[in-house]
Amino acid sequence: MTELWVLPLLAGCGLMLLAAPLGSLLVWQRMAFFADALAHASLLGVGIGLLFFWAPLPGALFGTLLFALLLWRAEQVRSLAADTWLGVLSHGSLALGLLLVYGYAPPGINLSALLIGDVLGVTHFDLWALLVVLVLGLTWLVWRWKALMLSVLSPDLAQAEGINLNALRGQFMVLLAAVVALAIQWVGVLLISSLMLIPAAAARGWSREPEQMVFSAAVIGMLSVGLGIAASWHWDWPTGPAIVVVALGLFAISLAVARLQKRL
Amino acid sequence: MNESRRIVASGLAEREGRCVAPWMVSSRLVSLQNSLHHPTMNADPRPEQPPTDPSAEDGAAPLARLAEVTLNKGQRAVLDRISLQIMPRQIVTIVGPNGAGKSTLLRALLGLESPDSGQVWRQPGLTIGYMPQRLPLNQLFPVSVGRFMRLQGKPARAAVEDALAMTGVVHLTDRPLAGLSGGELQRVLLARAIVQKPDLLVLDEPVQGVDFMGEAALYRLIHSLKETLDCSVLMVSHDLHVVMAATDQVICLNHHVCCQGAPETVESHPEFVQIFGQRDAATLGVYHHHHTHHHDLSEQGGPAVRD
Repeated sequence: MTELWVLPLLAGCGLMLLAAPLGSLLVWQRMAFFADALAHASLLGVGIGLLFFWAPLPGALFGTLLFALLLWRAEQVRSLAADTWLGVLSHGSLALGLLLVYGYAPPGINLSALLIGDVLGVTHFDLWALLVVLVLGLTWLVWRWKALMLSVLSPDLAQAEGINLNALRGQFMVLLAAVVALAIQWVGVLLISSLMLIPAAAARGWSREPEQMVFSAAVIGMLSVGLGIAASWHWDWPTGPAIVVVALGLFAISLAVARLQKRL
Repeated sequence: MNESRRIVASGLAEREGRCVAPWMVSSRLVSLQNSLHHPTMNADPRPEQPPTDPSAEDGAAPLARLAEVTLNKGQRAVLDRISLQIMPRQIVTIVGPNGAGKSTLLRALLGLESPDSGQVWRQPGLTIGYMPQRLPLNQLFPVSVGRFMRLQGKPARAAVEDALAMTGVVHLTDRPLAGLSGGELQRVLLARAIVQKPDLLVLDEPVQGVDFMGEAALYRLIHSLKETLDCSVLMVSHDLHVVMAATDQVICLNHHVCCQGAPETVESHPEFVQIFGQRDAATLGVYHHHHTHHHDLSEQGGPAVRD
């Protein structure tokens, strides 16, 4: 009985530990739509995986990694801007993914579950997978944190001081791809990027230092997960949307508080 | 180590639209000259060495080297077969008219722009402190000046404070970086370069946007940095007089290298005279004369301005 909400809560909070720093980096770099595009790509990956009878997770991982690689290469083609590439690849893969899942989904998998996710369906295996990504991801983030911040602040300065921007960006994309692929079954294709962006955006208003913003984003994210799961338990709401709506509420409150602080 | 990376989202356009050439204003130069020769940071001046000694010529390996570098923008060759070396413990200054490719040369050397032909080589493991002309900072990134200073390496809090004090901006430590003015940012960047103790300090128009008193002090500081940090300095400057006094090697650039060498040899070069005009070249001669009497001036005790 308790396990029904303990596993989702653990998964959600663990996810927020990574979503907070990644979301902050996305917000700082004006890459808000990048996570969305990765989610779309994961749907394509799931679709392709269905052709070979894969489970959704490896399919999604395949899709996001492929997309990250494609975009990383595409950014070096200078005739189109990065956001154009993002739009083309993102919606292209969404459409392809929808067609594939629509055409080849076995009875066990349905399209709307992929789109809005199922937090209460978290399994022990999912938790272990999350733990692996969490340990690897946090280690990498701590190790490269200063370089990441410098490259966000000024790519020129970072490169002049010997930071390999290309490698850093590639690694960042791979980590993001893994996190999105993992979370896609819980929160769904449509909502995953909001879980990264909204807590970070909420924390931005009253953060003076980067670490402060990441920490606040993590707290706001975990609060959203907890309250969202509770709300869905009580009122029988779909869990993914409930979490995002709570995050949105916290965003509005923090925005109001930040404005009030400025006026005082 | 042939770096040919493309930089993502580089916002640094080549804009050299300034219309006032600082070297036209000459009234202030005597005091500037004097103050230049009183490095306040260096407690024990090494007595045996002449100040303009091109100290690195004796077999030392260069820190960085450009060989026949050509870089085109559109149809125009911004850099035309440039070859130069930065030796250890040298102050190299690039002078030249607006749009001569000075900033581009620095960016090519740093690997921020890849040349169309030729080679850029930097000593492996070389640490570089870079202070660009304008630094487009990401305004969305929340960071205080103090934290920014510690984004590279692990400098001690006291060292950060000292460096900020040295460039006169210690009062900004807790302010958000995004709110600084251009001049304040320049000083913070210089302080950051000091903290990092680089092998090579690359400065693009280091005194841009700094008021005159600050300008004199800043140049004096840069000059003494070579000694205290034991590093080389590569800088672009418009202020010819200061440059000539404080430099080991001058490179006169106008897409190609017009002439290069010690200030004494460069200033009499016909192409240099042609670019900067007879009158300015002559004034330089006068100030250069002051320069050779450096020891006398310092013994008399000039206006040793302290920060």
